[in-house]
Amino acid sequence: MDKRKIKETVIGGLIKNNPTFVLVLGTCPTIAMTTSLAQAFAMGIATTFVLIFSNLFISLLRNLIPDKVRIPCYIVIISTFVTIVDMVMQRYMPDLYSTMRAFIALIVVNCIILARAESYASCNKPLYSMLDGVSIGLGFTGALCLIGIVREFLAGGAFAGISIPGYPAMSGVGASAFGFIVFGCLMALFNFVIQKINERKDKMKAAVLPLSEGKVEPLKEVAEK
Amino acid sequence: MTASLISVMFAAVISNNIVLSQYQGICPFLGVSKKISSSAGMGFAVIFVMAISSVFTWLVYNYILLPLEIDYLYTMAFILVIASLVQVTEMVVKRYSPTLYSALGVYLPLITTNCAILGTANSAVVYNSYNFVYTFAVSVATGVGFLFAILLLACVRLKTDRADIPKCFKGFPITLVTAAIMALAFAGFSGILA
Repeated sequence: MDKRKIKETVIGGLIKNNPTFVLVLGTCPTIAMTTSLAQAFAMGIATTFVLIFSNLFISLLRNLIPDKVRIPCYIVIISTFVTIVDMVMQRYMPDLYSTMRAFIALIVVNCIILARAESYASCNKPLYSMLDGVSIGLGFTGALCLIGIVREFLAGGAFAGISIPGYPAMSGVGASAFGFIVFGCLMALFNFVIQKINERKDKMKAAVLPLSEGKVEPLKEVAEK
Repeated sequence: MTASLISVMFAAVISNNIVLSQYQGICPFLGVSKKISSSAGMGFAVIFVMAISSVFTWLVYNYILLPLEIDYLYTMAFILVIASLVQVTEMVVKRYSPTLYSALGVYLPLITTNCAILGTANSAVVYNSYNFVYTFAVSVATGVGFLFAILLLACVRLKTDRADIPKCFKGFPITLVTAAIMALAFAGFSGILA
């Protein structure tokens, strides 16, 4: 396997193409399933699992699936894995499942999965597609956990279910509206950091290569005097 | 029964709004709300597909999945029903009503991956096991709630897109904060039902 392509795929999923903050896909579970860290983590891992296996199978079958009926084919493959996740969670994590049931079923229509199937898995080799699934999935899980930590801290003064002494719970922060606000502010923060990094890169470039970009005038006249 | 039907429909439109308090269908809510005309198109297309899909998913669940005892496959069955309905609807509308097609046509394919449609079908047909009339009424009301929310957001976005705000808040972040304030207002209506 080509090392550069691996690196590109991994970095792309985690930062450059981060599904939550950059592509803004799959926003429904991002807001609905982040009231606590445990819930956010479970949702992220469930989505990652579906993403990895749907990418693998779509990539394996990419030469067999006719172009015209590809979307229904993808949906059948995706919903198979969603049904598996649904059954496994119902059996082994009944408490978590009872609060997450509606959104586990809705992984089928999570746009991230269909978008990766369409834009990556349908034109790349199986191993790369799995890797793409892992990195996009982890980018999604990371973003969800971040929002989960902030919301759990604000609403209950707790971290991962353990309450922090000295931080009282804020009433009403658990309410629906705060999902939107926390997500919006974190996205603004992410944009801000990326913006600063890019500005710095531009400055470095301008300092190193002034002549090649034609920003500094040649010093001919001065030399003549 | 009529009274409870009305209160269920009121909840679906306002206090239990699909987007602002159940967090479903947020992708089109954020993505297609830049202009009032496109958000109205999306809203009506959602009402349309939601009404038809509720009828078919109810029939499929109660007359095919339950008798055969394969109701655990409901996710797969419902998404296939919805995807094919969207395709058929698109063809029929294109053939018989070009004016409607030009208004809704672009939005129809996007609706397959709108989780509000599958979410409403799941909750009405499977989790709450409503009867046929209830399922249909709740689905239409949920669609109206979506139209209401997306239209209001589009109106606010006309202002926020031109406002002088920090660069990192431009685009999605300010829209999310706007949606949060709208969600607070909608949650206030839940007092009417209690």
